Amino acid sequence: MKNESVVQVRGLVKRYGSKTAVDGLDLDVRAGTVTAVLGPNGAGKTTTVETCEGYRRPDAGTVRVLGLDPVADAARLRPRIGVMLQSGGVYSGARAEEMLRHMAKLHADPLDVDALIERLGLGSCGRTTYRRLSGGQQQRLALAMAVVGRPELVFLDEPTAGLDPQARRSTWDLVRELRADGVSTVLTTHFMDEAEELADDVAIVDAGKVVAQGSPEELCRGGAENTLRFTGRPGLDMGSLLKALPDGTAAAELTPGAYRISGTVDPQLLATVTSWCAQHGVMPDGISVERHSLEDVFLGLTGKELRA
Amino acid sequence: MSAGTYTPRPGAAPVGRMIAAQALFETKMLLRNGEQLLLTVVIPSLLLVLFSTVDIVDTGDGRPVDFLAPGVLALAVMSTAFTGQAIATGFERRYGVLKRLAASPLPRWALMTAKTLAVLVTEVLQIALLTAIALGLGWSPQGGPLPVLLLIVLGTAAFSGLGLLMAGTLKAEATLAAANLVFLLLLVGGGVVVPLDKFPDAARGLLELLPISALSGGLRDVLQDGAAMPWAELGILALWAAAGLGAAAKLFRWE
Ligand SMILES: Nc1ncnc2c1ncn2[C@@H]1O[C@H](COP(=O)(O)OP(=O)(O)OP(=O)(O)O)[C@@H](O)[C@H]1O
Ligand SMILES: [Mg+2]
Repeated sequence: MKNESVVQVRGLVKRYGSKTAVDGLDLDVRAGTVTAVLGPNGAGKTTTVETCEGYRRPDAGTVRVLGLDPVADAARLRPRIGVMLQSGGVYSGARAEEMLRHMAKLHADPLDVDALIERLGLGSCGRTTYRRLSGGQQQRLALAMAVVGRPELVFLDEPTAGLDPQARRSTWDLVRELRADGVSTVLTTHFMDEAEELADDVAIVDAGKVVAQGSPEELCRGGAENTLRFTGRPGLDMGSLLKALPDGTAAAELTPGAYRISGTVDPQLLATVTSWCAQHGVMPDGISVERHSLEDVFLGLTGKELRA
Repeated sequence: MSAGTYTPRPGAAPVGRMIAAQALFETKMLLRNGEQLLLTVVIPSLLLVLFSTVDIVDTGDGRPVDFLAPGVLALAVMSTAFTGQAIATGFERRYGVLKRLAASPLPRWALMTAKTLAVLVTEVLQIALLTAIALGLGWSPQGGPLPVLLLIVLGTAAFSGLGLLMAGTLKAEATLAAANLVFLLLLVGGGVVVPLDKFPDAARGLLELLPISALSGGLRDVLQDGAAMPWAELGILALWAAAGLGAAAKLFRWE
């Protein structure tokens, strides 16, 4: 089940007039996982997601969602997916609660609407019309509308844009609960920490192409040098420590008692260092790992800041 | 919420239930909107009362209310099927509502069916209210219900087609302005409160081809003069309906 592909995009090209928004993009989403599509403004995230939702017809390439062609098999696909658009989607005169209740009625076996309203903290504004909701409340309503039909697969286009830190965390929790219950999620984001926190797989998109793909750990590791620091007794034998470590790792005592190890810092390396310390009767204090963030990875790949 | 809450159980509701829910929802939205109510309820009612009781326009022989009631019923149909529907749908398109619904289990044809039902429900409410007011003013309608029903159904189809054509091709603001302007022009030049024989012959010949004139004229033929079946007017409305709905189906852009 986990390895089965619920979204399969191959060589997707989408043009708007002379502008190529998506330029040969590949994407795979494994069942029951969270995939983040990360990229700056105009990278082609929305275009990609909306092509998967059946809104746009590819100019080239193929898209399969739950094994179906999103355009040709739209009628069969749509009851099975949940969609949160980047913006809008609600009658401006509708109250939050009645809109959600209405969406629920279009599905065979929807979630309990009261519980969902409570879960997303929309209780206090259930009777407020959409146009009077705050931006964050509008976002949460759109999220609720995406999940209320108990979909197998949800597409969330920037689900946390404009949310305060607390609401953001609550949205992350919801995405994790979805995953725990077996729902697959595709989300787009500009936020590194969001991708690192939430995603099993990340696709970094720039100018309509995937420039890197993998788990957050793989991406952060990928060739980049990371650093491990600790303090201990001065004068430890760095040569002996290095013998225990993989090739290409460097170790140095910067000031007496302050040590730095650079290289591919992964759990294995950390375990090696601590067990070496144990063998030598050293208590490593203040161990810290400085990993490269996805932000650095992105910068390195594209020479651009993520949040343009 | 506990583990298993979100376990997928996807599926569309039965299509009949979806259409009923959508029609009810759209009707609620229509009746809640203040500006819409002004067009669909307040203006027709005021015109009916005002022109029946104050001698502003010469409505020919007979009592003014017998002339005005059919015209105002035609206006009510136009205000809901054309003006109201064009404006509401234009803004739904603008705010991504149509787009979002397109990703829901509700098929497009079911959405359009629901919209039509919402229009019809609103019209029934309007007609009940206006009929009550007209009867209170001493209206004595002639003719049978069948031709009236046919005229209203074809009129609704004609105006819906034109309203959706506008909503699906113009920007929401342009639709708002144009739909109101058309409402006003047709109110004056469509035989609603001003008899068409007040216009010069050349103009009249053209005005009679308008859907609003066909509807108000046809209703008047039946309700005022007791005609059995106003074939010419029904024919004009059927042509407008075919042209409007056909063009809307072809040109409507959902985003
Ligand atoms: N309907 C459209 N017509 C013309 N150009 C478009 C259209 N939609 C998107 N584009 C262009 O295609 C490119 C990709 O847009 P897209 O919305 O997919 O980016 P995005 O990654 O979602 O950006 P953002 O982070 O700002 O939401 C942009 O250059 C955009 O200007
Ligand atoms: Mg976008």
